Amino acid sequence: MMEMSMELRCDQAGAPESEQDRYALLRQVISQYEAKESNLIQILHMGQAIFGCLPEDVQRFIGQEMDLPLPRVAGVVSFYSYFSTQPKGRHTIQVCLGTACYVRGGKKVMEALRDHLGIDVGETTADRRFSLEVKRCIGACGLAPAVAIDDVVYKRVDPNRLADILGRHA
Amino acid sequence: MVHLTINDTPVTAHPGETILEAASRNGILIPTLCHMEGRHKVGACRICVVEVQGMKNLMASCVTPATDGMVVRTSTPRVRKARKILYELMLSDHPADCLHCDRNGRCEFQRLGETLQIRESRFEGRRSRDFVDDSSPSIVRDTAKCILCRRCVTVCSEIQGVGALSPQNRGFATEIGPGGSLRLGTAVCTNCGQCTVVCPVNALHEADSTEAVWKALSDPRKVVVVQTAPAVRVALGEEFDLPTGTLVTGKMVTALRQLGFDQVFDTNFTADLTILEEGYELLGRIVSLLRSKGLVDDRQLETLGLPTHMAAHLPDPVLPMITSCSPGWIKYVEHFHGTRLGHLSTCKSPHMMLGALAKSWFAGKAGIDPKSLFVVSVMPCTAKKYEITRPEMEQEGLRDVDAVLTTRELARMIREAGIDFARLPDSAFDSPMGLSTGAADVFGVTGGVMEAALRTVYEVITGRTLPFASLHVAPIVGLEQVKTASIVLENVLPQWSFLEGLEVRIAVTSGLDGASRLMDGIADGTSPYHFIEVMGCPGGCISGGGQPRSPDPDFRQKRLEAMYREDEGKPLRKSHDNPDIQALYAEWLGEPGGHRSHHYLHTTYTTRVRR
Repeated sequence: MMEMSMELRCDQAGAPESEQDRYALLRQVISQYEAKESNLIQILHMGQAIFGCLPEDVQRFIGQEMDLPLPRVAGVVSFYSYFSTQPKGRHTIQVCLGTACYVRGGKKVMEALRDHLGIDVGETTADRRFSLEVKRCIGACGLAPAVAIDDVVYKRVDPNRLADILGRHA
Repeated sequence: MVHLTINDTPVTAHPGETILEAASRNGILIPTLCHMEGRHKVGACRICVVEVQGMKNLMASCVTPATDGMVVRTSTPRVRKARKILYELMLSDHPADCLHCDRNGRCEFQRLGETLQIRESRFEGRRSRDFVDDSSPSIVRDTAKCILCRRCVTVCSEIQGVGALSPQNRGFATEIGPGGSLRLGTAVCTNCGQCTVVCPVNALHEADSTEAVWKALSDPRKVVVVQTAPAVRVALGEEFDLPTGTLVTGKMVTALRQLGFDQVFDTNFTADLTILEEGYELLGRIVSLLRSKGLVDDRQLETLGLPTHMAAHLPDPVLPMITSCSPGWIKYVEHFHGTRLGHLSTCKSPHMMLGALAKSWFAGKAGIDPKSLFVVSVMPCTAKKYEITRPEMEQEGLRDVDAVLTTRELARMIREAGIDFARLPDSAFDSPMGLSTGAADVFGVTGGVMEAALRTVYEVITGRTLPFASLHVAPIVGLEQVKTASIVLENVLPQWSFLEGLEVRIAVTSGLDGASRLMDGIADGTSPYHFIEVMGCPGGCISGGGQPRSPDPDFRQKRLEAMYREDEGKPLRKSHDNPDIQALYAEWLGEPGGHRSHHYLHTTYTTRVRR
């Protein structure tokens, strides 16, 4: 069991299908970490790997299993931008707002995406197709303004031609 | 000893002491904001910064230990400038509505501005929060006012062991709260209100009931009844600049009459009643336990003189029995020890008993329609505001109590009415619920309910007065977190012979953290106690969440002493000697634990979500 949960990756690969099995696995993870408060961040990482995100019910479960107040668990979850309480979409759009992309119109790309998708940064479309995130430099400054969707990087993105790019990610 | 120099004066510090502590012991004042004596050292606000020779940066004196040879300056131009900038930055994210804020004139942030001689506000910027959480019947959380000092987090997590408040988010978006979709009204919050006592601003305060009470007082169709808890009279004077520990019972009663209350009753009366109900409940549980072990037979049971109803329906033999006067404690048990509710006495808290009696016995006696009665409780407590909303606290469709004012709220009403409190003459409570014994007075301090119960129960079993000097059970008097004692029953009355030689073990605690440890003992079967008293706030009701915020570090001890003074000054010291309680039983209730008692004076509990 130990190996299985250690092998879990953050993309939910290997996570069980049923809710019940997911909670059972999370319980095992917590007991491996001896329910120690100092291991809370590790446990939250695993929780997010198992459930895809950390909704309040999962946070409460972790709090109860670790005998920690939910407000403290929620405090840690909300502190780190890595943790999300909303399920992620099938595709993650990362708009680069590093210096080069910013000065070359990254902000306009971001605005156009917000309008087009009807969501804000950190949110996911109602059909769970896209999640929208900001990146501070993805190391593609020569291609500015750059947008990454999953592991595909688009260069010199034109805010007026976003539909075309998004259409490639069903 | 550590030797250092502060402002060119050689001073000594104890090893481990901070610069702030060493300075203040030597008469040098350093301004602070987030600091909380002895409890809270996070260095969050940086207002206490000082210059330390050889250090590049200014140091927060509240978290920097004093070391040998240190040269400290607490009021250089650089220090004063830094403090002003820090203050103005906090001010830039704080509503400047001081003139119509609850804390106007009583705000630590406002006072600090005066100390620092702030004369301008140079920074204008975006405000981080403006959400008001009024979901709780007890406590309002106004996020716009919060200066992020985190005192409430310390008191809630470390002192009370509850953890309803935690920092959420980060940076500019940081807020102190229960997090996620939780509000105080839905979080695991006991409503104890200790956060409202330590909050330096108006970010956490009691939910206002003064409006509702003013409205009732001006309604000619209402008969407005008020009652005051024992802890109010030992602290209310502080709101009118009387020395800490001044007893103001008589002035308080006069003030309540001048405010227009029609009947001024004393919660102490029903504290005496609680002792009778709870004392017999304890006896009933002990007898029930011994009977289940075959140590008491039917014949013996008949001779005990237990109330008839109780003898016929012995309570469940669950020991230790735990007191139930503190609604913060009750909610804590319901959340954290929901499988052990059977240990709680079924007695309602004294003010709920008085409310229930006012709308039944008193209304009948006085010929008043109970629907026109409006019952107000003045309490040292914020949890009582929640307690009156519990669904079980009503009879015949009428709420037992209609409004709860904290001690602080009553003081506000007295000021608003233009009553010169310090110069008021004394007057006495109204009959029939105004007379009380000294046993009722000590209800407001940790150890008091236990002592009051022992004064009665010991006498029932032995026929003799409790054998302690001045009736004080010395080992359970004082402000320690957990106190224990045992009393051996000797030369008992013949009918109680099966208790001869029994060592009655008791424990007393105040503050929820200590209570939690006693509950753990019950859970793992190691608890040796028969009877446990728990008060939710450290020190008991004298330092409840609704009491005046005191700058005096010894305020608990001084209020405690005032309470024992009130007890010792009474001609009657034992609840069962209260002639008006005897009359109430003779006239209406019947006997402790009887049918009417169960209907009006006892209650039930609910298991709640943990965490």
